[in-house]
Amino acid sequence: MFESKAGVLLVGGLGFFVLAFVVMALIPMTIYYGEPEKTIDDLAQDGILHEFTQLAERFPEQFGKHYGEVNYKSYGEALELGHKLYVGEGCWHCHSQYIRPVSNEDRRWGPRSYAWEYQNVLQRPVLFGTRRVGPDLIREGARKSNDWHIAHFYKPTSVVPVSVMPEYKWFFDEEGYPNKKGMAMITYIQWLGSWRQEYPYWNGEGPTTQEPTPTPDETTVARTNDSVDHESTIDGHGGAG
Amino acid sequence: MTNSDAGAAALPKNPALSDTGPLVDEKLVLWYFLASLAYVFIAMMAGFLFSLQFLQTYPFEGSEFWSPGRWRFVHTQGVAYGFIANAFLGALHWAVPRLTMHRVLSTKLSWFIFFAWQAILLATVAGVLSGQAQALEWGETPVWIDPVAQLGLILVAFNFLTPIFKTKGPMYVTLWYFIAAFIWTPLVYAMGNFLPEYVIGGSAAGAIGGLFIHDLVGLFVTPLGWGLMYYFVPIILKKPIWSHGLSLVGFWGLAFFYPLNGIHHFLYSPIPMFLQYGAVIATIAVELVVTTVIINFFGTIIGRGDTLRTVLPIRWFYVGMIFYFTTCLQCAFQVTLTFQKIIHFTDWVVGHAHLVMFGVFGFWILGILTHLLPRVMKASGWYRPRWNEWHFWLTGIGMLVMFFDLMIAGLIQGFAWRDLAPWEDTITSSVPFWQLRTITGTMIIIGQMLFMANVVLTWKYMRVPYEHPAPTPTPTPQDEGGAAPAVA
Repeated sequence: MFESKAGVLLVGGLGFFVLAFVVMALIPMTIYYGEPEKTIDDLAQDGILHEFTQLAERFPEQFGKHYGEVNYKSYGEALELGHKLYVGEGCWHCHSQYIRPVSNEDRRWGPRSYAWEYQNVLQRPVLFGTRRVGPDLIREGARKSNDWHIAHFYKPTSVVPVSVMPEYKWFFDEEGYPNKKGMAMITYIQWLGSWRQEYPYWNGEGPTTQEPTPTPDETTVARTNDSVDHESTIDGHGGAG
Repeated sequence: MTNSDAGAAALPKNPALSDTGPLVDEKLVLWYFLASLAYVFIAMMAGFLFSLQFLQTYPFEGSEFWSPGRWRFVHTQGVAYGFIANAFLGALHWAVPRLTMHRVLSTKLSWFIFFAWQAILLATVAGVLSGQAQALEWGETPVWIDPVAQLGLILVAFNFLTPIFKTKGPMYVTLWYFIAAFIWTPLVYAMGNFLPEYVIGGSAAGAIGGLFIHDLVGLFVTPLGWGLMYYFVPIILKKPIWSHGLSLVGFWGLAFFYPLNGIHHFLYSPIPMFLQYGAVIATIAVELVVTTVIINFFGTIIGRGDTLRTVLPIRWFYVGMIFYFTTCLQCAFQVTLTFQKIIHFTDWVVGHAHLVMFGVFGFWILGILTHLLPRVMKASGWYRPRWNEWHFWLTGIGMLVMFFDLMIAGLIQGFAWRDLAPWEDTITSSVPFWQLRTITGTMIIIGQMLFMANVVLTWKYMRVPYEHPAPTPTPTPQDEGGAAPAVA
């Protein structure tokens, strides 16, 4: 068997491969078999993100042109396109989407990842990622405002001076407004982690988008704080909103 | 078995062979090798470009076509399917007919596969550059190319398995590896490119993705690489492999343990923990198996150690083997949960991947190219053997420094992350390492350019008319420094 053609082909080639496939692939498949995979419609029905509505309010003309109205359909469309861009631009080469229960990752990024979080079509193929040049993104949703993301996609170094992220100028139209791709991308990023109770996870810094309107006195204080906004933070996105 | 000389010497007549055409289609081998060299250049330039992004000096910042994220696909895909696959196919067309004394199934099919494969590669490059990639490392090939590539791999298997199955009696080690690789490669490709895309999602797809990235190295590149080493090393050293028993252990150990490894890419992930433990144990077992193979090859070279100095292909092969042992030893540690806490997601992994794919298999391929190219070009020798020495040292030193550079960078990143250092600080502290990485990459690219220039000049000036036998190599003024011509 060890040196015969049939042995090498059937046992070594086919047999061991099938054995490994059964053990290492079929077993996890059966374990998660009962966990239904959410479709885009399911995800949209979970609730339209505040940030998506905000894009419509902020850029009514552009939003109307690309997505029409804010509804489940346009929201699902933006999520799907955003995911396609995230994959096609290779974002997942530098941004992971899973938080391990070790190395203080739950303190830096938020609660650790569970299997059920990946049971949806926007994790097909799953976007665990293998390298973190930039921050993990699975809890990124709503931690930064849309404006922050717009500035960041246009020129990352404008908000994080040491950033090595490329500029995504083709997410914007000639006048500098986010185009269909830009809005889709921002919607997708803002959606990440929105399925969790802890959403949005602020890393102990407090909210960045939904602050109560400050009184005049507080505004002065806030301005002073702005000057130190570029200081480093442990989640890697320097500064609040 | 190993004494069937790979040289230009006439092979024993095989009665089963019809009299149309030669046993080996040397032109095809040459074309595959040239395609391989073209892709290594493209892939390396893409890697170089991508590395500039890390230094905030990307020359085409803001351009959609030149998006660094897309060119990274070209880097990894180009190396795996352009450089390594083309070179292996060329070497297989050289080795399989010689080992079996039968031609491949069909020469026409071989040429068809050659052009089809180049078309697939070009389509892949065009696809990923227009943003159609899939989210699985090495499976990024756009969805519409996957079925074609799958068909191509099945045709390759039939083309080579036919002569192998025509042979009678026991087979040489190389053919065990080849048979297994021809079965594994289409299966691995199908598993990685269709299941996670169409059949299964979520964490279970993560498990399959892990199997795919690992099996592509372990069940496609590794068996073909070792198979070729078992073929070329004894032929060039003119002595048999040290131990047949160890060859058996090496092959069957790899066949059993390697397919079980994949999930070690996603430790501490939502994939069930008992499978992660299993993958860790299987991986450590692979390192033990690898050690037996390494012992076998170093046992083989005992008594011919001078060839490391005098015969360049042997030096490429054995340095590659030392790198292989290094990466496998590194792997035995890095695969443990303890190491994973720190090094996962860091540049350590990038260094590891470079050492495996280029430091090992790339080096073996460059050794095979150094050995075979003058022959398939019908040249009397290399135009400048000295340049090949430069090629070796630039590439070797570049690779070694890059490996240590990225390994140390990975440790610094990992510990800084664990200690909750501000994210920006972990980037600034990586920059010097990324700078050195770009420099070492440049060294490697210059080495390859020197080699390619040598190939062109050899083609131009060293080819002998086809009718005449190759003259015995005599020292010429071109042999500065007395480096032995690669073609002994």
